[in-house]
Amino acid sequence: MTSTMEPEVGKARLRKEDARLITGRTRWTDNLTLPGLLHMAILRSPMAHARITGIDTSAAKDLPGVLAVLTGADLADEQGSLPCAWPITEDMKSPNAPSIAVDTVNFAGEVVAVVVARSAYEAADALERIDVDYDDLPVVLDMEAAVAEGADLVHADLGTNRSATWVFDSGEAGTGSDVEKAISESEVVIERTYRQQRLIPAFMEPRSVMCDPTGEQLTLWSATQVPHILRFLIAAQLGVPEHKVRVIAPDVGGGFGGKLQVTPEEFLTLLVARRLGKPVKYTETRSESLQSGHHGRDQIQKLTLSARRDGTVTGLKVELLADMGAYLRLVTPGIPILGAFMFNAIYKFPAYRFVCTNVFTNKTPTDAYRGAGRPEATYAIERLMDELAAELGMDPMEVREKNWIKHEEFPFTTVAGLTYDSGNYEAATAKAMELFGYDALRTEQRERRERGDTVQLGIGISTFTEMCGLAPSRVLGSLSYGAGGWEHAAIRMLPTGKVEVVTGSSAHGQGHETAWSQIVADQLGVPFEDIEVIHGDTQSSHKGMDTYGSRSLTVGAMAVIKATDKVKEKAAKVAAHMLEAGEDDVEFSAGSFRVRGAGADAKSVSIQDVALAVFAAHDLPDGVEPNLDSEATFDPENFSFPHGTHLCATEVDTETGQVRIRSYVCVDDIGKVVNPLIVEGQVHGGLVQGIAQALFEEAVHDESGTLTTGTLADYLVPSAADLPSFVTDRTETPSTTNVLGVKGVGEAGTIASTPAVVNAIVDAVRHLGVNDIQMPCTPMRVWQAIQTGQTDAGGLGSEAGGGLGSIDTSGGAQ
Amino acid sequence: MRITVTVDGTKFTDDVEPRQLLVHYLRERLGKVGTVVGCDTSNCGACTVHLDGHSVKSCSVLAVQADGSEVTTIEGLARDGKLHPVQQAFHDNHALQCGFCTPGMIMQSIDLLADDPDPDEQAVREGLEGNLCRCTGYQNIVRAVRDAAARMQGGAGPEAEQVADVRATTGGAQ
Repeated sequence: MTSTMEPEVGKARLRKEDARLITGRTRWTDNLTLPGLLHMAILRSPMAHARITGIDTSAAKDLPGVLAVLTGADLADEQGSLPCAWPITEDMKSPNAPSIAVDTVNFAGEVVAVVVARSAYEAADALERIDVDYDDLPVVLDMEAAVAEGADLVHADLGTNRSATWVFDSGEAGTGSDVEKAISESEVVIERTYRQQRLIPAFMEPRSVMCDPTGEQLTLWSATQVPHILRFLIAAQLGVPEHKVRVIAPDVGGGFGGKLQVTPEEFLTLLVARRLGKPVKYTETRSESLQSGHHGRDQIQKLTLSARRDGTVTGLKVELLADMGAYLRLVTPGIPILGAFMFNAIYKFPAYRFVCTNVFTNKTPTDAYRGAGRPEATYAIERLMDELAAELGMDPMEVREKNWIKHEEFPFTTVAGLTYDSGNYEAATAKAMELFGYDALRTEQRERRERGDTVQLGIGISTFTEMCGLAPSRVLGSLSYGAGGWEHAAIRMLPTGKVEVVTGSSAHGQGHETAWSQIVADQLGVPFEDIEVIHGDTQSSHKGMDTYGSRSLTVGAMAVIKATDKVKEKAAKVAAHMLEAGEDDVEFSAGSFRVRGAGADAKSVSIQDVALAVFAAHDLPDGVEPNLDSEATFDPENFSFPHGTHLCATEVDTETGQVRIRSYVCVDDIGKVVNPLIVEGQVHGGLVQGIAQALFEEAVHDESGTLTTGTLADYLVPSAADLPSFVTDRTETPSTTNVLGVKGVGEAGTIASTPAVVNAIVDAVRHLGVNDIQMPCTPMRVWQAIQTGQTDAGGLGSEAGGGLGSIDTSGGAQ
Repeated sequence: MRITVTVDGTKFTDDVEPRQLLVHYLRERLGKVGTVVGCDTSNCGACTVHLDGHSVKSCSVLAVQADGSEVTTIEGLARDGKLHPVQQAFHDNHALQCGFCTPGMIMQSIDLLADDPDPDEQAVREGLEGNLCRCTGYQNIVRAVRDAAARMQGGAGPEAEQVADVRATTGGAQ
């Protein structure tokens, strides 16, 4: 039976996960309850920077159903500091980061008091009865002003708003030559300043956390991407012995980096539950989520690219200011540094220098958001390649082709010091150009320009690559990251022949249960349906580094495969005994052991037979343990480098500034594919998040530091009506760094699409004197650029994305 | 206030605070946690249910307003062990990833198909405008809704969910 099994890897399997999700049987954290469960609500500071001079909680405490009202003073002795695991330099300035403010608030949304009550409604009522007095402190919002001489300070005790400056220089590193020399000797220099606006991950499931302190272990359920990291850091930061903490990430409704965090709310729920000795749950509102969950991006990029007149690039200099917000969260300082290795992208720059200064402001802390550092880099370089083409009067694809690494040049060590193992930019580009109808669109563009059409056509290119599969532990070590990048897995062979796969890579929508089942089905020759994937509970899946950075397949699944190898090794000994053959004489294929060369009809024992025999343990070879279960930990040797060619055609209405995406084609090369259905879904969703950065989304703070995009009416997560359908395709150049040849797909679409869209918009109106439009390219900004011919229309954002502004502040719609 | 509401075919009588939202009544009093809360400004649509056969965002309806009405949630769609055709189409077309928006998205899609049994792509996109998804980019959701439309052949709108009508007219499409 098993000998005729088709390979599972590569099959468009429908997802196992769906059954519970489409019927409402999902276990979101907020769905869970416990006997005697209490509800916590949080009072947040409306001030971006202020001293707390008094908090009156008496009226709140008087309300029926209220068990406790706690302030920073009540919790100061036990709250420790929230962790920052990535001290990027030895002299990095890092403020103490309390979960609840004690005497000063540093961003609007910071916790100042908590209420615990019988019901969520009663807790919300009590919040309104808390009276807090604040004394204003100067608010620091603008990054350039923050690093200027004599600037007001976010953290006075640090003496500066500069957290750290991180430098990579190819001349010093020996990976290339000196960039200043390259620039001074070049024939063409392109200088631009681009701005990565502040974004919000905006996962659909608001964060929720529930803590049960009544058992032997303190149990914390949390809507988190990182249950294992959370457990470790609860132990490290709050002093709870690690073996007395259990963390469970039940069904988690999206993350996109936004749930790659150890949050104030998690620590506070734990502290409060422990103090009261009763289970406590906290679920944020959407407004709280947008205001206080970490934000993403937010960089000012000063860029200098040098080239020869024939289009050959000679140097790239990148100077960044990166907004940390008010505190350094889990990996905040390292996010822009992840981009350091990607600005040179697929191009053969001989000289490169990257300098990033991390800056404190009185805004919500930033941290990982889908792509994390790499979208910023990709945006910058892909915009610059278009600018270079325009400067030289060349076709933008021709400029790229002139500079990219040819397929026969792999493996290729870049000027940033990474070794790209494989790739074929020519193949992906050829396929994308054909699907897109590049030449016909260029012809139409020319015609529209000639006849002065009010709707102009633009074509945008993004030939991106990324580094993913975070990460080789030694590389993380060299970047001062606080942990390794390995992943763990275990296989449990059950007596009836069913299989449990334990993975440290905890999914939140990606489809690991399906993909891991496909992989294990092939490795062990057992049916897809007979495999159960277990994750997200530190008691059953005790070891892991969790899910982010497109690492699950390239790292997590490799651990799974290693574990299956060990199972087969153990099983081979028993099978040989059962077949009365020597261990070296049996071979395993399609789920069964046979004597080598004995033919298909010869006696065989299936791996399920072996599992049962081991369970009985009546007749095992001497010295063989009655157990096939195995575990393995995998640490990758290198990153993987997905790439692709994305092409976008936009129609820009020059009278209204409205942008319409007419067609979008992408050909991604993510190596071998485990499940094409899941891959396509990841690409679609990734594209939309990148397009949303280009067209819709921006977290805007007014001049007092209040977030004016604090609802989904103002923070414009696009709906179905705002988007086109996409044409997606693939080329397949296997990665050489793992046995499956896979590369990872979670972030590709997001990294690639933003510059493709903005390049298309600028291309549509470049002949009107425009060479940049700040993101998001709202109708107002596009119109303004066309009217004034400004080169950087829109300025720094001061209005909510659509200019709608349902929150009425002075910085609202204009 | 005392209300009587039929939810997914079962009648409930409860005293509720006048201010209690229908979604909180469903989740906290009845344990119908299949319906979720995704925002507090009625933008996301994750809480969409059917009230007397038409989709509503249950965060924008008070429990007392549902007095005497029939409510269908995602948990009441499958009948006799069979999925509703829209549920099946979401599965078959990989129209969900994390699944948090899915209950609301499915309930809204059913309502959309009741109004327009054969929507084109643009009609589906506009019909789902009030429901946000952060994972899928909507392409497969649109595909699923049109696939469901074909399966349902115009036969299964909200009236198919009226619990008073036990003939459950969705059968033919499965």
